Amino acid sequence: MNDLVTRARHAAETVVDPEIPVLTIADLGVLRDVHMAGDTVEVTITPTYSGCPAMNMIALEIGLALDRAGIPDARVRTILSPAWTTDWLTDTGRRKLTEYGIAPPIPGSSRRALFGEQTVPCPRCRSIDTRQLAEFASTSCKALWQCQACREPFDYFKCH
Amino acid sequence: MTGSIQVNETPLVLYTLRRADDALVLGHRLSEWCGHAPSLEEDMALANIGLDLLGQARALYSYAAELEAAGHDEDGYAYLRDAPQYRNLLLLEQPNGDFAHTMARQFLYSAFADPYWRAMTRCADPTLAAVAAKSEKESAYHLRHSSEWMIRLGDGTEESRRRAQTAVDTLWPYTGEMFEPEDMGIDPATLRPEWARTVTDILSQATLTQPANTWMHRGGRIGRHTEHLGPMLAVMQHLQRSHPGARW
Repeated sequence: MNDLVTRARHAAETVVDPEIPVLTIADLGVLRDVHMAGDTVEVTITPTYSGCPAMNMIALEIGLALDRAGIPDARVRTILSPAWTTDWLTDTGRRKLTEYGIAPPIPGSSRRALFGEQTVPCPRCRSIDTRQLAEFASTSCKALWQCQACREPFDYFKCH
Repeated sequence: MTGSIQVNETPLVLYTLRRADDALVLGHRLSEWCGHAPSLEEDMALANIGLDLLGQARALYSYAAELEAAGHDEDGYAYLRDAPQYRNLLLLEQPNGDFAHTMARQFLYSAFADPYWRAMTRCADPTLAAVAAKSEKESAYHLRHSSEWMIRLGDGTEESRRRAQTAVDTLWPYTGEMFEPEDMGIDPATLRPEWARTVTDILSQATLTQPANTWMHRGGRIGRHTEHLGPMLAVMQHLQRSHPGARW
């Protein structure tokens, strides 16, 4: 049984976020648990944002990955509690994000400070002379920023 | 036309539907801006906020379905109830108007929703507490975004200031309903001081005049809506009512 769970976990860990394909759902902290529920393998995932449209696709991808690993009848369950936080993003995940051109979330930055009073280093040239262009960007989890030094716009993964 | 569902509104089902309807109705209003917002950034912002609200509504409708155990699902609550069965605040069904109007509606509600969800994270019901814990993170961004716009518009040009003041004046009589007592859950009156502090602070930074508390509209929580909800639902429900059970 433990072998089955281990095999299932390895398979689930290979699934990537459809919006940020360099990150696996394990890097993101979206994958919460893989365990036996009776005779069935159950994978629990949690959404980053309530309305995250990637969740359906992620659930589908997990089913396919487990099917390929010889576990055809696994169940994927979405849980809301505890609420996902950017603190669950692994160090590997943060490094991969930066390399991909997305600034990782700054821990402890306030969601309540007006007019984006925070410092986000540019993922390309590391300058801290950056400014926010839009609070909401290409996906719910990102804001749009621009580097004043290298002039490149970049996505910032919002603290959550 | 498909007939509407009849909901057995136990106190907890009703309480859950009120929160869900608030999120769905405001989320749908925001989706009406898609492709029409004054700038691309705001188009995406409004769509993103609408998506957050839709996600909150879905989680709450699913919970209502589980509680009611009558075979209804999230789509049934959204698409197969008529206006008098909707339990949302009247403020949230008000039409988008101009951008200032949409921002004022968002601000007046977010200043309430943010402390509301925060209070609900301590709720004894684990599902509601879980929805609240997610929603609270999102409402903090919604409040920040709409607060910044209130300040920019109010303290902006002569025209933006005039439009922002008109919006606040028009929507103000719909704010009292947020604090009406309910049979269970959080007593919204306890959140009024924090709401008032936020509103006074932002309106003053925006150099806008806070309207006096006069007569307030009410009735949304018991299904007595303004004339605006019906047409909105007619558009939103058209597909499911005309082609029952249609799927993508």
